[in-house]
Amino acid sequence: MKLRSSLGPLAALALLGALAAGCSSGGGHAEIVIGEYGSLTGSDATFGQSTKMGVELALTELGQNQGGKIGGLPVRIVSEDDQGKPEEAANAVQKLLNQDQVVAVIGEVASSRSLAAAPICQQAGVPMVSPSSTNPKVTEVGDDIFRMCFIDPFQGTVMARFARTNLGLKKVAILKDIKSDYSVGLAQYFTDAFTKGGGTIVAEQAYTAGDQEFSAQLTAIKAHHPDAIFIPGYYTEVGLIGRKARELGIDVPLLGGDGWESEQLLAIGGDALNGSYYSNHFAVDNPDPRLQGFLARFKAKFGKEPDAIGGLAYDAANVIFGCMQKLAASDPAAFAGLSSTKAGTPERKAAEAKLRDLIAATSAYPGVTGVITLDSHRNATKPAVVLEIKGGKKVYNTTINP
Amino acid sequence: MSEFLQQLVNGVTWGSVYALIALGYTMVYGILRLINFAHGDIYMLGAFIGLYTSNWLRAGEAPSPAKAIAVLLTSMAACALIGMLIERLAYKPVRRSPRLSALITAIGVSLLLENGGALLFGADPKFFPQLIPSHNIALGMGVTLSNQQLIVLVVSVVLMTLLRLLVLHTRVGKAMQAVSHNHMAASLMGISVDRIITFTFMIGSALAAAAGVLVALQSPKIEPYMGIMPGLKAFVAAVLGGIGNIPGAVVGGLVMGVAEVLVTGYLSPTYRDAIAFVLLIVILLVRPAGIFGKAVTEKV
Repeated sequence: MKLRSSLGPLAALALLGALAAGCSSGGGHAEIVIGEYGSLTGSDATFGQSTKMGVELALTELGQNQGGKIGGLPVRIVSEDDQGKPEEAANAVQKLLNQDQVVAVIGEVASSRSLAAAPICQQAGVPMVSPSSTNPKVTEVGDDIFRMCFIDPFQGTVMARFARTNLGLKKVAILKDIKSDYSVGLAQYFTDAFTKGGGTIVAEQAYTAGDQEFSAQLTAIKAHHPDAIFIPGYYTEVGLIGRKARELGIDVPLLGGDGWESEQLLAIGGDALNGSYYSNHFAVDNPDPRLQGFLARFKAKFGKEPDAIGGLAYDAANVIFGCMQKLAASDPAAFAGLSSTKAGTPERKAAEAKLRDLIAATSAYPGVTGVITLDSHRNATKPAVVLEIKGGKKVYNTTINP
Repeated sequence: MSEFLQQLVNGVTWGSVYALIALGYTMVYGILRLINFAHGDIYMLGAFIGLYTSNWLRAGEAPSPAKAIAVLLTSMAACALIGMLIERLAYKPVRRSPRLSALITAIGVSLLLENGGALLFGADPKFFPQLIPSHNIALGMGVTLSNQQLIVLVVSVVLMTLLRLLVLHTRVGKAMQAVSHNHMAASLMGISVDRIITFTFMIGSALAAAAGVLVALQSPKIEPYMGIMPGLKAFVAAVLGGIGNIPGAVVGGLVMGVAEVLVTGYLSPTYRDAIAFVLLIVILLVRPAGIFGKAVTEKV
């Protein structure tokens, strides 16, 4: 008894010592750690999976080109799953910042989740690059938040213009996800542009992500005899809504935004989505050699074709790598602050601020999703493409410039 | 008018699914006075077993009615077995303990099935193959019914009728009624109470599995947490109809389905989940025993 009681505290002390040693040895190994978070699981899981693959491909290529090092330091990416929930996105980013002490963060796709995580990065002064969140509020959080894609006021206009001019539609109904910042915002921008163009919104209905049953909303919409239904949601619900609409005898085209972009869209919706259109960041049948090269490399690594979400993540990772390289070349002393050994020091703060300025100055970067120039609001200005779903395939229809 | 009729058709189809789940709640409550919170998760397991069976039968690639029936029956049989195991392993050991223990056990089983499901099947949604190609049937007055909705309705009605025949006209059914009145008296009459309780769980679980497959048929997204909300709502439906009362569960389910669809169609989908619980509060205030329930005076 005596022995055990005296050994207990000793063992605890030894354990603490081991832990402390573990920490300091981790700090001794100099590297650059970049965080990535996304929905690897959950109802829009392909968003997070594509993002992760895009970032991984960029890292693999960094390994092939420069031995995986920037300025002599090896680069490591830490990925976190947020399960498709905003509160988990906030937790994931807290973990990346506090435990992994990352120097930059890549993510998210869904605007609601980017909005949950952005204030945390802003407060920590760590640059966050969202590859594909299109809601304008995301970068309005602060000057540490960037994005690689266009924003919804533009995307809404694109689809409104396409519906009004290219398809010649007059009456459109809207079915939006009322709990998603992305969906509510995009519906509003579409409505503004479409009514300004002389069209009318004949019905507006809503659902919430995770719903299983859409017949009530679609029946209400059907009574207004619209020429098309605009569904600015994410692919899972869009697929289910498409099927239900056809079952209820609604045969008009469905329109949507980049939230439709997933390999799962057609697996869920099947034939029901034929004749529908959505706006996207790229079309895989664009002959641009930069894009085609990326598609081939992605396919060689992962055995499947990437979606635009993966392309934007690849661009986001490369923009961050490029800015770090610039910093290493122009100001090696400041660059040293990005090393994991400098976590929590004033040098790290100074280096992060310099990295932030370099990202903000991104101009005419030749990305696979188009040329990326960040404006003063840290948004990229890029053309959007409209894809048509035809015979179970996504086919390029037109490009609409800003 | 045609819109309203269409909404009613939608509501009745959706409600018949709630009715199937509510039957399991009400049967178990009738016999054990236990609210089996794991019941919604049996519905989820039913959908997943249906998914794996149809993948195994390649029912998605070459759909046929025979395969669809096989999927439905396999799922019902497997869930009946799971229901039996849950009863034997989780509920039977606490049957003589206070009722609260059994209730907490039920919540535990529910969490186990949900998170076990997430571990086993993965947390991201799976998609049910189309077992039956869908087409529309025009009912006149602008109302359409898809063949899948029709199947849901027909299968539900057939299962509910079979259940009624079973309970009212077979020896087992009469034994179930006896057990629901009084365990002790039933066992004195030579009824094996344990066996009847297990049987009740099996029937209830099979009905939940059928509901899972039927829902997946029309709305193919299935995931390990899909049983939580329908389970809660079916429970409300059972209370609405008078918990412990079999026709009450059916009526409660239908009322719930129609109410949800009408609220979504004419007000806002944000009230969809609220309406179930508003109905619960109203019924508890106005008629605490439920629509068909008999008020019981308890001696204190």
